[in-house]
Amino acid sequence: MSDQKMAKPRIGVFSLTSCEGCSLQILNCEDEILDLLTHVDIVNFREAIDERSEDYDIAFIDGAISTESDAEETRHIRSRAKILVAIGACACTGGLNVLKNYQDPQQVRERVYGPDSEWMDTIEAQPLDAVVDVDIKLPGCPMSKEEFLQVVKAVLMGKKPTIPDYPVCVQCKLRETVCLFHRGQICLGPIARAGCDAICPAYGGRCVACRGLISDPNSNSAKEVLAEHGMTVEQLLEEFRLYNGYYDVAKTAEGTP
Amino acid sequence: MIRESVNINVHHVTRVEGHGNIKVRANNGEIEQCELQIVESPRFFESMLIGRRWFDVHHITCRICGICSVGHTTASLCATESAFGLTISEQSRLLRELIFYGEQLQSHLLHVYFLAAPDLLDAGSVIPLAKTHPDVVARALRLKKFANFVCEVVGGRHVHPISLWPGGLKHCPTEAQLMELKRQLEQQVLPDMDATVDLFAELGPKLPDFERPAAYMALKDPERYAWFTGELVTSTGQQVAMDKYLDVIEERVVRDTTAKHVFYNGESFYVGARARVNTNYEQLHPWAKAAAEKLGYQAPNHNPFANNAAQVIECVQCAAEAVDAVDRLLSMGAKYEEPQVAVRAGRGVGIAEVPRGTLVHDYTYDEKGNVVDDNLIIPTTMNVENCEQDMRALVPQMIDRSQEEITAALEILVRAYDPCISCSVHMLNVEFV
Repeated sequence: MSDQKMAKPRIGVFSLTSCEGCSLQILNCEDEILDLLTHVDIVNFREAIDERSEDYDIAFIDGAISTESDAEETRHIRSRAKILVAIGACACTGGLNVLKNYQDPQQVRERVYGPDSEWMDTIEAQPLDAVVDVDIKLPGCPMSKEEFLQVVKAVLMGKKPTIPDYPVCVQCKLRETVCLFHRGQICLGPIARAGCDAICPAYGGRCVACRGLISDPNSNSAKEVLAEHGMTVEQLLEEFRLYNGYYDVAKTAEGTP
Repeated sequence: MIRESVNINVHHVTRVEGHGNIKVRANNGEIEQCELQIVESPRFFESMLIGRRWFDVHHITCRICGICSVGHTTASLCATESAFGLTISEQSRLLRELIFYGEQLQSHLLHVYFLAAPDLLDAGSVIPLAKTHPDVVARALRLKKFANFVCEVVGGRHVHPISLWPGGLKHCPTEAQLMELKRQLEQQVLPDMDATVDLFAELGPKLPDFERPAAYMALKDPERYAWFTGELVTSTGQQVAMDKYLDVIEERVVRDTTAKHVFYNGESFYVGARARVNTNYEQLHPWAKAAAEKLGYQAPNHNPFANNAAQVIECVQCAAEAVDAVDRLLSMGAKYEEPQVAVRAGRGVGIAEVPRGTLVHDYTYDEKGNVVDDNLIIPTTMNVENCEQDMRALVPQMIDRSQEEITAALEILVRAYDPCISCSVHMLNVEFV
């Protein structure tokens, strides 16, 4: 990706296998979207507009690759975009879609679509970077709109945006949320990538590492702590599989990222 | 003049959620093919749920759809609570209703202003609309922001809410937040809603004058305008309890489309805002009834294009109900209540009237609270067959018009259904082949 400042970049927003919640997050920037439109031209965004230009500088893709046509579309977009941004958990880690990779593919297909479903195009769910080079990963389920705006700003200024590489615990402390472990609950916060403003624990949820893991997590010790809190190995792995099932950490008890 | 042939092939209909194609082929005035094909990648949620623990089920199923994640969460929680025999407190019910109104507003507003209105105001999208009708777009954004704010106050966020939990909620808004909701509702939302009704009352006559009577289905509750309580009723007079939904509807897999089609007594039917207003007109709030009169909406309405008007009526309904819910929460002094859950084996069905229609979540749990069986039926899959029938009826009426005009009308028709294709995958491109 170039460090050149872009005059008025042309933007495409694309969806693969996903809930399109991350694309919706762009439309949820109600205070900023009109201003944003003075700095960029949105030229391809099926969910919101008719224009379908093949000439764009920055491509935002939400969704995982889970069909051959997803893979083909990703390669096509990569070949046209100067900067490719993966938005949301599905595009960054494969997200929840990877849960199906742990089940027998024929059974998965037949359970949902019946015995005559061999025609269906489906492959193992995978993140975008399994197929193409990704310039920027904007993780989270859903991606945060604040982070999206920061990334757009950085790209407009020709800078590489900074995505946090410290654990969710840091942001939980800043918000003064009582630690879930102190409340007898379990949480992946100690090894999960921050940047979400630790919103889940603040609203009664637990961290399930939807933004992926920090780059140097002590996963084995995290697994020990979780095991001490009464989780079985299978439950532990299931916890990792929710959003990080594509990676070794979720595959076996000994798996390291 | 009868046109020799029509050949329409719209790949990936725009301004809808998800991927769909329209294919229409007619020769000598005879329609040979007329399909709405759902080409979204299959997602297999029903399989992914097997073996998952009860407290992860709503977390996973809410991610079926970013636009109606509160709706999926609501249906999911109702199913789990029914399976476990749980009841929720009045406060929890009010908070769930409030976030439900937030999402209904968010989704309907996005649809009528951002996706449908550009067709009526001769703009390709909301982007040029922002230049030609800045006041309209500014109002849409204000209302949408309020809808998101409701969801944030109750659930932490709209897309994939956090606090909703089997047995209740794991978070309670503060009195100050509820007061702020009340202030915004009274000072900004209600006047903006009046202006919204006026705008669509003015634009309504631009929609095609087309009628095709068909069967429809919605929840009905003798106590109120039904969102996630009551029983399923059909326009043909059938009424069943939620857990007997399979007595009235049947899902079939259709080749080359990843959305299943759903039939009612072997026939097509429709669900959604128009089906609900048709079914429950008498239970609308007086403000919503007044909106219906301004919009010229008479129940039962047989024009599929009038779904946009029904959505506007429901926006007024949601705003009115939100005012009542916030007042009640303030007067009762809402405070945090820990959800109480006792797991047991059993089956539970939750049905919610989400923005696009009737959503079914059906789970069976084992004694540990792990999913052993499940079935999910998505509103868009119920509407696909009916939408195709409308297309079949509309094309012959327009056969002497240009292919471009026919294509545009079909796209507007499909858009009127507000299909949510990510959801229905297990649904849209217009291809005139």
